[in-house]
Amino acid sequence: MIKNLLSIRDLDAEGIDRVLSTADAFRENMGRKYPTLRLKTVVNFFYEASTRTRTSFELAAKRLSADVLNFASGGSSVEKGESLKDTAQTIEAMGVDCIIARHSSAGAPARLAEWVSASVINAGDGMHEHPTQALLDLFTIRQHFPSFDGLRVAIVGDVAHSRVARSDVLGLQTMGADVTIVAPPTLLPPGVASWGVHVTTELDPVLADLDICYLLRMQLERQKGGYVPSLREYARLWGLDRRRAAMLPERALIMHPGPMNRGVEIAADVAEFPRSVITDQVTNGIAVRQALLYLMLGGPEVKEGGPDAG
Amino acid sequence: MPAKPLLLRGARVVDPVSGTDAIADVLIDKKTISALGSALSGDGVEVVDCQGLVIAPAFVDLHTHLREPGREDAETIESGSRAAALGGFSAVCAMANTNPVADSAAVVEQVFNTGRAVGLADVYPVGAITVGLEGERLAELGEMHDSNAKVNFFSDDGRCVQDSGLMRRALEYAKAFGAIVANHAEDAGLAGGGAMNEGEVSGLLGIPGVPDEAEELVIARDLALTRLTGSRLHVPHVSTAGSVELIRAAKATGINVTAEATPHHLSLTETLVASFDPVYKVAPPLRTRADVEALRAGLIDGTIDCVATDHAPHAREDKEREFDKAPPGMLGLETAFAVLYTELVAAGLLGLSELIARMSSTPAGIRGLAGHGGPIVVGAPATLVIFDPEARWIVDPARLASLSDNTPFAGRELRGKVVHTLLRGKFTVRDGEVVDGQG
Repeated sequence: MIKNLLSIRDLDAEGIDRVLSTADAFRENMGRKYPTLRLKTVVNFFYEASTRTRTSFELAAKRLSADVLNFASGGSSVEKGESLKDTAQTIEAMGVDCIIARHSSAGAPARLAEWVSASVINAGDGMHEHPTQALLDLFTIRQHFPSFDGLRVAIVGDVAHSRVARSDVLGLQTMGADVTIVAPPTLLPPGVASWGVHVTTELDPVLADLDICYLLRMQLERQKGGYVPSLREYARLWGLDRRRAAMLPERALIMHPGPMNRGVEIAADVAEFPRSVITDQVTNGIAVRQALLYLMLGGPEVKEGGPDAG
Repeated sequence: MPAKPLLLRGARVVDPVSGTDAIADVLIDKKTISALGSALSGDGVEVVDCQGLVIAPAFVDLHTHLREPGREDAETIESGSRAAALGGFSAVCAMANTNPVADSAAVVEQVFNTGRAVGLADVYPVGAITVGLEGERLAELGEMHDSNAKVNFFSDDGRCVQDSGLMRRALEYAKAFGAIVANHAEDAGLAGGGAMNEGEVSGLLGIPGVPDEAEELVIARDLALTRLTGSRLHVPHVSTAGSVELIRAAKATGINVTAEATPHHLSLTETLVASFDPVYKVAPPLRTRADVEALRAGLIDGTIDCVATDHAPHAREDKEREFDKAPPGMLGLETAFAVLYTELVAAGLLGLSELIARMSSTPAGIRGLAGHGGPIVVGAPATLVIFDPEARWIVDPARLASLSDNTPFAGRELRGKVVHTLLRGKFTVRDGEVVDGQG
């Protein structure tokens, strides 16, 4: 298994498949505690506020019996001016096996991986990537569809500023899905034409053919930055309201990485639709992160056949 | 005891000014070249065997950040002068973005005098265009011009003069002193918080980008203002194909403009940023292969008049950071010649004499630096670089004379190595080592 997960591109289709298959076993036994990572220490190294990702990793590590440290930059030596490198090396000197890094700067986990010998997992870096989000999204999709091959997925919203979109597009492509990006022209990333995805600024025409409608969080900062005139107009043109949701085929899933802005990218009641799997994504996140930690840190004693064989 | 005359024997002398390219001996008496020819000899001369080496006018850098005063942990006038001498430079133009800013006679004279006291290269200060580089009101250009430093070149480098009216006044006012205005071309609104080139790579990395147009808009505006004012513009660190085209067209219509390109923009591309290592962060950013090719074509056809290093040392703790938080800038003095010799001359794209011109006589001519950039003729100052075109070496940041180690060429094998540098008849570098005590 890989030493670091900095980008979803660090895993090929086989590697992703292995994580998802391993996660199946954990998902079936949510809440069960495994001894696999006893005496291993995992640190949640969070330079940016996060609730769901941090708690998800914390639960995942604890259920594998790892010791978990929670480091948050606020109230720490970082506020005294300590650099990322010094802070990381200090934490590592305490004997850490894995650093789970969340940072507002793209590439910070990649830099960490050069400075420490522990494994590094990217838990979201700036607008770059969020590979474990992609894994949990793939896992959630796989619960409903037998194969990724040719699956039609639309990723809707602020793709330019979204680490979730980057990892999801790459992960979905690796698994063979057919991805369409739907966004206001101002929120399309530069060079998107080279991504190998369909790109459109209109949501309505794509809805009828979708297997997955994935909505991205739309932040108030984009209105302030002049990317859209107002969140109200965004909601009207690109939000998944009841009318648009009704245009989706019956089979289509509605997904969102959270936290949601109800009434902006997604109407409050649409988030509660039966085909909305947004809360499943959260639950699955724990199982997928368990699988990842298990495979990355379990070491050579891990046997084939999943956690119960170990 | 007076120094013995020096006889540089058997080198290939390449002087773009006099059009010389021949094997010759060069006799140096005190500060000047006293004889040139074959099989020279003389009583009591010190002979330096230069067979296999090239003698050329020492290099001149129009764009150097020496960090003194203010950031002497990153570079000092002395350490930067050592780096310059080792890179074959006899003159460097120290940019104004120091602390305090070089926006007054006091600061430019201090920089100039410190350079003279160190004595390893002539340091010509660049004066700020605006007070404190704030882009709000003109600095006292006349006072700096009339100082001992005789500043005739002004730039807010690192910052762009955004206000078109102010830029117009700067160009107009500089005419009183026959001075040159060099504007760091970057439209603030378009650049936003960009930290690399905007394009495919920035889109994938999620790093905010700076589009080509942020540079091109300002260059286009400045060219128009230069036409309006009949003044004299220099465009620093040109980085895009579109900018080359704008300058080419402006020159064709007779606008009085010169331009420079850096060794890094002439050789490196944005793909290096995928490592997220801030050593590859620079302003303007590394661009695409097509831009590199356009810059090379511009340098070859003369649209880009000269090479300048934009040597920008940064303390290790400032560069060992998150990419978006690190300051932009790269070292350049000690690698400039070898990078371009390797990438352009050894690759057969540019003649040796042409590269030498673009690193010595042309930049010296732009700023009117008498005594630098040749010619290599009897009676001229013996301000020379002597390099081995065949030598191969690997760039080791730890071995650079600069106090900083932010070179993007670390680990690269380069061709062409400076062996000796002479400033007015005295070695500043001999056998690849700095000769101290020149001041």
